Amino acid sequence: MTDEEKIEPKLSIDDKLFKVKYVPDEESHLKPDEAQCLACKSKSCTYICPAHVYEWDEENKRLIIGHENCLECGACRIACEKKCIKWQYPKGTKGVTFKQG
Amino acid sequence: MKNKTDVIVVGGGPAGISAAVTIARAGKNVILIERGKFSGSKNVFGGAIYAKPTREIFPNFEETAPLERKTVSHKYLMCTEEDSTSVTYHATKDEPNSYSVIRSKFDRWMAKEAQKEGVVIVTETLVTELIVKENKVVGVITELEEYFADIVILADGVNSLLAKQIGLRKEIKPKDVALGVKEVIKLPKEVIEDRFNLADGEGTIGEVFGFPMTGILGLGFIYTYKEAVSIGLGVGLDELVERKIKPYELMEEFKSHPTIAPLLKGGELVEYSAHLIPEGGYKKIPKLYSHGVLVAGDSAMLVNSLHWEGTNLAMISGKLAGETAIEAINKKDFSANTLALYQKKMETSFIIKDLKTYKDLMGTLHYRAESFLGYYPKKISSFFRMFTEVDSIPKRDKFRAFLKSIFTDRSISELFKDGINLIKLVLGVLK
Repeated sequence: MTDEEKIEPKLSIDDKLFKVKYVPDEESHLKPDEAQCLACKSKSCTYICPAHVYEWDEENKRLIIGHENCLECGACRIACEKKCIKWQYPKGTKGVTFKQG
Repeated sequence: MKNKTDVIVVGGGPAGISAAVTIARAGKNVILIERGKFSGSKNVFGGAIYAKPTREIFPNFEETAPLERKTVSHKYLMCTEEDSTSVTYHATKDEPNSYSVIRSKFDRWMAKEAQKEGVVIVTETLVTELIVKENKVVGVITELEEYFADIVILADGVNSLLAKQIGLRKEIKPKDVALGVKEVIKLPKEVIEDRFNLADGEGTIGEVFGFPMTGILGLGFIYTYKEAVSIGLGVGLDELVERKIKPYELMEEFKSHPTIAPLLKGGELVEYSAHLIPEGGYKKIPKLYSHGVLVAGDSAMLVNSLHWEGTNLAMISGKLAGETAIEAINKKDFSANTLALYQKKMETSFIIKDLKTYKDLMGTLHYRAESFLGYYPKKISSFFRMFTEVDSIPKRDKFRAFLKSIFTDRSISELFKDGINLIKLVLGVLK
């Protein structure tokens, strides 16, 4: 295979997030109502979030939240079928800082 | 009163800065509160600011602002899985219509200019709540203290939790927003100019229809920076929800298209970002004012999806909000009655007029995405494939087969609905 034919490797979400600058807060600014999550059918937050913040832990029947990767877009708040995510902005000194934007 | 000023602006993006600088220029006191480390640090957009509206706020911005490239061409690209068709408009006049900018640099520059003109800017401070007394907004609560003002201008972005707090904004539905994801990919200057057919300092904008969003309400975008390419897509949040699409995977598919991939080859990812775009249009614009408060920019859902306008609408709405605040201060009347002037200014400006012109666009596109963003782009591709292919089949037979396929690949009733909707859209724009 010559250089010309080489296909660029696809980037994973981790590769992408590795390039983002954050100051993580200890406390999560994303607070879903766990009882509602259990009853939620689509669990759309686990796939629509552009930073893959949410993952469903089938074994323990709960949502794992990586709030420190949040890009603060607000998509989960709007997409949530139970409208149960208490969504706030991180504190003034915390969260994502886009250097390009 | 302690911590009392004439106007507080919440949010240091284009709308907030434009409002604040307009007010400061009239000699009034204005404090702008930004939650990010600096203006622009929480903002994302495709990549270009428009020259004329920007001059309305900063007349000589071209002399000192951090601009990347002046836009000379605009390409519309329709992709199917294996091919693409494009139309390019190339402008040769000296005065560019737009410039690509890096948002965090440009907003920061605007904020510094506003500061020079008297705006007090407080960064890294989150406004958590509005202070409402006797049905009137009188100030804001931050994490640390309370600030009071005669008028509060909300320019706190697409999620505007503050406009929601006071009931100006209703809960947004997934179909009223698009999720934008973007990557900035570093490439040498010469490589960019070669690949995009640009002279030194020139830039281009690409709008991409179709693959990997065939039949889905979503578009791809490409902008050129000095030494990077901005690439991304905006896709209806409802489409992501219903089709169970992961936006970052969709992005990888987009970048792998045979027409797109060579443009990015060898590039290095500099930053990945995401942001919501308020695409609900005219019907989703909230009430723009109440006692002691005005709403501007994304907070007011001001985006023209067809023409890719948002930053300019933010700036001009911010300016109009600022002008309204000045008049209210001069009259010492901050009631909704006086602030209704903002609504009037907005209605007589191009902003509301344009959004009204396209009031049915998003609804129709939602309803007809499968045809307008799927079937027809594919047909255009197959037309050009047929037209360019040399294969010893008589041309008349090929033309006839193509024409016949339009009526056999799609039911007459669907074609009829497409036609009616297209005519309705065109009439809606022209009437």
